[in-house]
Amino acid sequence: MDLFEYQGKQYFARYGIPVSPGGVADTVEQAVAVADEVGYPVVVKAQVKVGGRGKAGGVKLAADEDELRLHAGNILGLDIKGHVVHRLWIERSSDIAREYYASFTLDRPNKKHLGMLSAQGGVEIEVVAEENPDAIAMLSIDPLRGLDLAAARAWVDEATLDEAAREQAAALLVRLYECYTKGDCDLAEVNPLILTPDGRVHALDAKVTLDENASFRHPEWEEFRATETEDPREKMAKEKGLNYIGLDGDVGIIANGAGLAMSTLDVVNQVGGSAANFLDIGGGANADVMAAALEVIHSDPKVKSIFVNIFGGITRVDEVAKGVLEALSRVTITAPIVLRLDGTNATQGRAILAAHLSDTLITEPTMLDAARRAVALAKA
Amino acid sequence: MSIFVDENTKVIVQGLTGGQGRFHGLRNRDYGTKVVGGVTPGKGGTDVDGIPVFNSVAEAVAATGATASFVVVPPRFAADAIIEAAQGGITFIVCITEGIPAHDEAVTYNRLVEEFPGVRLLGPNCPGIISPGKCNIGITSGDIALAGGPVGIVSRSGTLTYQALYELSSQGVGQTTCVGIGGDPVPGTNFIDCLAAFEADPETKAVMMIGEIGGSEEERAAEWITTHMTKPVVSYVAGVTAPPGRKMGHAGAIISGSKGTAQAKMDALAAAGVHVCQNPTEAGEKMVEIVKALALG
Repeated sequence: MDLFEYQGKQYFARYGIPVSPGGVADTVEQAVAVADEVGYPVVVKAQVKVGGRGKAGGVKLAADEDELRLHAGNILGLDIKGHVVHRLWIERSSDIAREYYASFTLDRPNKKHLGMLSAQGGVEIEVVAEENPDAIAMLSIDPLRGLDLAAARAWVDEATLDEAAREQAAALLVRLYECYTKGDCDLAEVNPLILTPDGRVHALDAKVTLDENASFRHPEWEEFRATETEDPREKMAKEKGLNYIGLDGDVGIIANGAGLAMSTLDVVNQVGGSAANFLDIGGGANADVMAAALEVIHSDPKVKSIFVNIFGGITRVDEVAKGVLEALSRVTITAPIVLRLDGTNATQGRAILAAHLSDTLITEPTMLDAARRAVALAKA
Repeated sequence: MSIFVDENTKVIVQGLTGGQGRFHGLRNRDYGTKVVGGVTPGKGGTDVDGIPVFNSVAEAVAATGATASFVVVPPRFAADAIIEAAQGGITFIVCITEGIPAHDEAVTYNRLVEEFPGVRLLGPNCPGIISPGKCNIGITSGDIALAGGPVGIVSRSGTLTYQALYELSSQGVGQTTCVGIGGDPVPGTNFIDCLAAFEADPETKAVMMIGEIGGSEEERAAEWITTHMTKPVVSYVAGVTAPPGRKMGHAGAIISGSKGTAQAKMDALAAAGVHVCQNPTEAGEKMVEIVKALALG
């Protein structure tokens, strides 16, 4: 789960990482109230989960209330690469002497934690990595040992942070690592991490991705969930407990298993179509799950046909077939449905559907045949 | 021959008394796997359909001589269960649990490497391993596998593992062993471990490798294949059309920035001399062709 900047900063604050004083605002009046509290000048920052908001006019400095009203009014409702701004983060403007970069993530090939620290912050780290890789001090951290202050001190030295920043930065990095591990982040990134002219180090931005598998030990994440997705289809799927990702095509996809679902998208694409979604119904799909899946897909007006791709392993195909029929008796689906059913009890499953087959309920023997049929129907 | 397990492998099931543990444990036994015990703290002395249940792995190992464990417990207990298995003397651990926090996986993996270097973990979040006709640990349906070889299968995805088995079995091509390594960010066993074992196994003549988006394991496998693999490899990588930045079900299946795309993986594998196919059916057909050619040769 990706957090908005303001949520990331709130999360950082829980772990004692210094951030600028600020608050969220959904209206111009709220923005003014926050600014009155933290004091001018303030920075008005669009809260969107997409990069490049500064260039798009989503970050502005306001010296007084008039400027704040102007900028807040302009930014609220602004469309940044398809993301409409509904919320602002208003924070006290910081004077910046130097900008650094710091992050922690999983080093998958080495199965250790990877810390990245650079004295060249404020720009995209991918650009630094490409143009000047030596400017990034990489630190491999053994998850069994963690990061202590001594190691953090050596690390800030290696990254050649300014002398004035080193001690505070080392302490901040230890806290950021704690936020990353104890806070169950997949990514905890600060860019820029700043040194102010009066010698203070703090996080001016926050990019946090939480590991949803750890939600069971983080009841405090509940508040982040409400704002997680704006796609109405994804919201609906989430409520129904489905693993769904909205896409732009017109063939609705239902498959069991993430790999098969991905593969289904690929095959639809190979035969000249495009998928409206990714939807993995997981193992043991019963009528409720199938009904929910069909309902979510049907709620998408772009969907012209639906491809149900099931390979029964533990999932029994006869149960899936019953599920489809029961689902169809509960929800009205107008788009034609093409099914490919294989694996455990596939023969029984196909037999259950046999009497119900029609122009809008079709079975095909293979994944490729079914993809071709679903794509043809979507184009018809 | 098979890799990692064979007809003599004695298996205990951690979580045998739970719904899933019972279902899959008994299915594995029905397949012919030597399921010799179960472990559930507090339920020692009972049994599940005749399989004795013990309070701890150590007790189960002492009583049964098991060397393998099938971990089928909820995510929050899985890391501890894996470590308990290693401490109890198990050397091959299969964990099917989905949804273990990544940090727990990283800690568990590193503990195994450091404290129990002789232990192999398969998974988590994997379908398990099947050596057709000999041993089935996990959730793979035994009837889609065909004994006798000559193909080894290694896959990051569950349902695509079944698809691969099915594509081969339905055309009469058997498997030596089929290993599902799972789609999590920190898998205990990776492609290279399996490729190396298949390369060393005289009965395996060719390998089917199923990858997916995310990480760089396929690229690393490609490098290894270039320098070490003499047997033909057929590959399919799922997720060519996956959008960047979105997790596709598996915790590890995400394209970050320009890294982890299916195309990059396919290019790397093709450069390593692997037969890269566009979909599972094509991969199955290619493998059948290779096996027929090997038989003639």
